[in-house]
Amino acid sequence: MIIRKRTIALIIYLGLLFLPIYWMLNMSLRTNADIMNVFAWYPSDPTFANYMKIFTDPSWYNGYINSIIYVTMNTGISLLVALPAAYAFSRYRFIGDKHVFFWLLTNRMAPPAVFLLPFFQLYSTFGLIDTHIAVALAHCLFNVPLSVWILEGFMGGIPKEIDETAFIDGYSFPRFFIRVFIPLIRAGIGVTAFFCFMFSWVELLLARTLTTTAAKPIAATMTRTVSATGLDWGLLAAAGILTIVPGALVIYFVRNNLAKGFALGRV
Amino acid sequence: MSKWENNRAWFFILPVFVIVAFSAIIPLMTVVNYSVQDIFGPGQRFFVGLEWFREVLLDTRLHDALWRQLTFSGLVLLIEMPLGVAIALTMPKKGWASSLCLVILALPLLIPWNVIGTIWIIFTRPDIGLMGSLINSAGISFDHTANAFDAWTTLMLMEVWHWTPLVVLLAFAGLRAIPEAYYQAAKIDGASPWAIFRYIQLPKMRGVLTIALLLRFMDSFLIYAEPFVLTGGGPGNATTFLSIYLVKIAVGQFDLGPAAAFSLIYFLIILLFCWLFYQALQAVEGGEKS
Repeated sequence: MIIRKRTIALIIYLGLLFLPIYWMLNMSLRTNADIMNVFAWYPSDPTFANYMKIFTDPSWYNGYINSIIYVTMNTGISLLVALPAAYAFSRYRFIGDKHVFFWLLTNRMAPPAVFLLPFFQLYSTFGLIDTHIAVALAHCLFNVPLSVWILEGFMGGIPKEIDETAFIDGYSFPRFFIRVFIPLIRAGIGVTAFFCFMFSWVELLLARTLTTTAAKPIAATMTRTVSATGLDWGLLAAAGILTIVPGALVIYFVRNNLAKGFALGRV
Repeated sequence: MSKWENNRAWFFILPVFVIVAFSAIIPLMTVVNYSVQDIFGPGQRFFVGLEWFREVLLDTRLHDALWRQLTFSGLVLLIEMPLGVAIALTMPKKGWASSLCLVILALPLLIPWNVIGTIWIIFTRPDIGLMGSLINSAGISFDHTANAFDAWTTLMLMEVWHWTPLVVLLAFAGLRAIPEAYYQAAKIDGASPWAIFRYIQLPKMRGVLTIALLLRFMDSFLIYAEPFVLTGGGPGNATTFLSIYLVKIAVGQFDLGPAAAFSLIYFLIILLFCWLFYQALQAVEGGEKS
């Protein structure tokens, strides 16, 4: 009986979680006039006009492409630099290790609002404003420390004896790292990539400041179009729904990785 | 686990060091530079020492924003941590139901922050929103743009809606890492569900929960986009949190000096909390090893 009560509570919670998203979906399938005039639980006359507008207007769909490009770049850079660093933190003791680790953490916690102006000047100096790499690098500020932190946790779960055995078996370090170690923490890498994607995808303040047109993220496109056309709720809702789609896909892939990671934890 | 002692490990750290230094130290030095000068334009700048810091520290609106921020973060932690753990305990441990729960839970986390604000505007507006119109049709007037209490309620609801899933996911990962043998042992001993929770699940989740606490505190302390979209800091200054106030000064009024001094103070506060949490985390991990 307890189990059943729990399940009901969980279903209610998930329902409430989904409700605001459903409401936006509802709005996105209706015209603006319909939204303002009638209160309806579901669209009585669903229309895809809002979505068609986004898919046919380059100033809209380019926003999605831009976002995906810089998020992918950021995830790649973060993982590449964080993997060796996390290995060092989990395996070695060296001068200043604790201080560097703490310093990295503080950057994860740094308020983006603080870095707004200096970032703009720094990237202007290097001529990087309005490029994808600028946003990708700026997001490294919080994603690299986070990656190091998560990966270090996963690596700490792998006994050091595995490294020692591999070295005795005559593995060179790079070969050991790529052939033995990385497969072992595959789940950790999946989880890290998920978090990098997530925090880069949702961040707007820095992404908006560092771009004007060529690399403008979708979230910024939304805010501008809202102020330009008055409030077209239907279009806004459709754009919002479409920002959820890439995230949903990523979760779907990580879900499998999480399951594998669980099996791995028992080894 | 004892570690090898080797200073050449620094070579592994180097790429991270370079990339974070580029996006952290250089901008921070610029902020320090601004905070001690009065800048009128290119070439016209005067050294003013600690003048801006004095001005900012005596600014009563900043004090208000700080208290508001602390209250907000405190409430967020009080609601989200217990709720997150409770939800994680109810989740099925394997199978398709578990996967489905994970996917639904992670959805709010992957929505861009200003879209979160947009969702909640659409959801709570008295004219077109589901929640807004339902509450108003029940005879209670509800308008988050006019009433400070309603604005806070909406913000808290949005924050809990948005971030509790992160606590759930972390707690759930911690729960799944507990070997089945622990539960079997508890069953043999005839332990009650509460005893299992108190003596097996909670201690095993201590690590992930500390991380959840740290992440939730820091992120709620830095909150910007969602209240900016939803309330714009209003009504009045009722929801003007630290970041919103900072951007108002820096971009709205373009007062670079005070904004920079404010930034540094803001950063120092965060550094202090970060250090406290880091110490707590070290203590937890040390406790697990011994």
